Amino acid sequence: MSNKKPSRLAYLTSGIVKENPTLILMIGLCPTLATTVSARDGLGMGLAASFVLIGSNVVVSAVRKLVPDSVRIPIFIIIISTFVTIVDYLMQAYQPGLYRVLGVFVPLIVVNCIILGRAEAFAYKHGIFDSLLDGLGKSIGFTLVLFIMGTIREIVGNGTFFGQAVTPAWYRSAPMLFAIFPPGAFFLIGLLKALVNKTKLGGNK
Amino acid sequence: MSQMNPAKIFLAAFLVNNIILMRFIGLCPFFGVSTSLNTSAGMSAAVLFVMLLAAWVSWILYHTLLVPLGLIFLRTAVFILVIAALVQFVEMFLKRYIRNLYSAMGIYLPLITTNCAILGVTFLNIDYRFNILQATIFALGTACGFALAIILFAAIRERLEDAPISPAFKGYPIAFIGAALVSLAFMGFIALFGIS
Repeated sequence: MSNKKPSRLAYLTSGIVKENPTLILMIGLCPTLATTVSARDGLGMGLAASFVLIGSNVVVSAVRKLVPDSVRIPIFIIIISTFVTIVDYLMQAYQPGLYRVLGVFVPLIVVNCIILGRAEAFAYKHGIFDSLLDGLGKSIGFTLVLFIMGTIREIVGNGTFFGQAVTPAWYRSAPMLFAIFPPGAFFLIGLLKALVNKTKLGGNK
Repeated sequence: MSQMNPAKIFLAAFLVNNIILMRFIGLCPFFGVSTSLNTSAGMSAAVLFVMLLAAWVSWILYHTLLVPLGLIFLRTAVFILVIAALVQFVEMFLKRYIRNLYSAMGIYLPLITTNCAILGVTFLNIDYRFNILQATIFALGTACGFALAIILFAAIRERLEDAPISPAFKGYPIAFIGAALVSLAFMGFIALFGIS
């Protein structure tokens, strides 16, 4: 028992820093760069992808004994696209503003490498509860990076945080627009990745 | 939108709304295979080929099957499965009949199934309410934009290999910052026109 507990906890925590999908493994980059114009958009995208990741991890793990090896990938894709469709329609109904901003990136969650990657590498081989923890951990890691990037870009590029002014008026009248334009996203993730390398957050890799 | 002339659609997809540098769709292959000019060219050819086919097949399926039957909500699942099947089919066809082409881009084909650029274009064709001609031109422009960005970037990355870069920035970070500069250059086109 005492042996099992820390390993289960590790499923949850490894995704947050040590195996952070975006900053360490460098997968799922498209939404990370495209939808982090503001803290709200980043958080919204993170939560949408999290729902799909956790849901598909649990379902894949639940049906793993019924699925023949040779057709597993198409089945994973069907499971994932079911959850993506649910998120797509929920967001359209309850968060139309956010849906308009995220646009094509909501249906594109279906090809997010993190989700198919976890289904194949983890959920297909582990139990339901472990898969839930793994999905939760990776989701927290992914959402955290999106939220941090969205926050930095919104504050620097627009002078606001969740639409509230947080910088002096003189800054907001001429903010550093670079940060909310596409090049700013590339630049910021480059700096964050350099910081990760410098501090060796991901171990010696 | 449906009145947009073909040349404008092509240029918008090629430069102004460049799929990688402005829209951020298809970044995985962008950073994954842009390490050399050869692999970039192979990937670009494969993307061009599959993107055109996918745009046609998905457009026809959507307008002749999903819309009349009221199954629009199946869009995501249908498109991704169609693309997966299409890629598989193209791979088998090339392997059997056109060996030269297969050896040039064969290894990139399986990677394309999860390339969000292909799926993104099929969704955008629907969202912009393009007719089939416009959808074709949009797919063509997007694929050329993909090729332009990835080949430009591969040339930069080949030079970065030998550049003296501080250890923390080696690899991905400097590639991102390089991409930021290329993207900044592409922003110069933004004042022209675009599709949004």
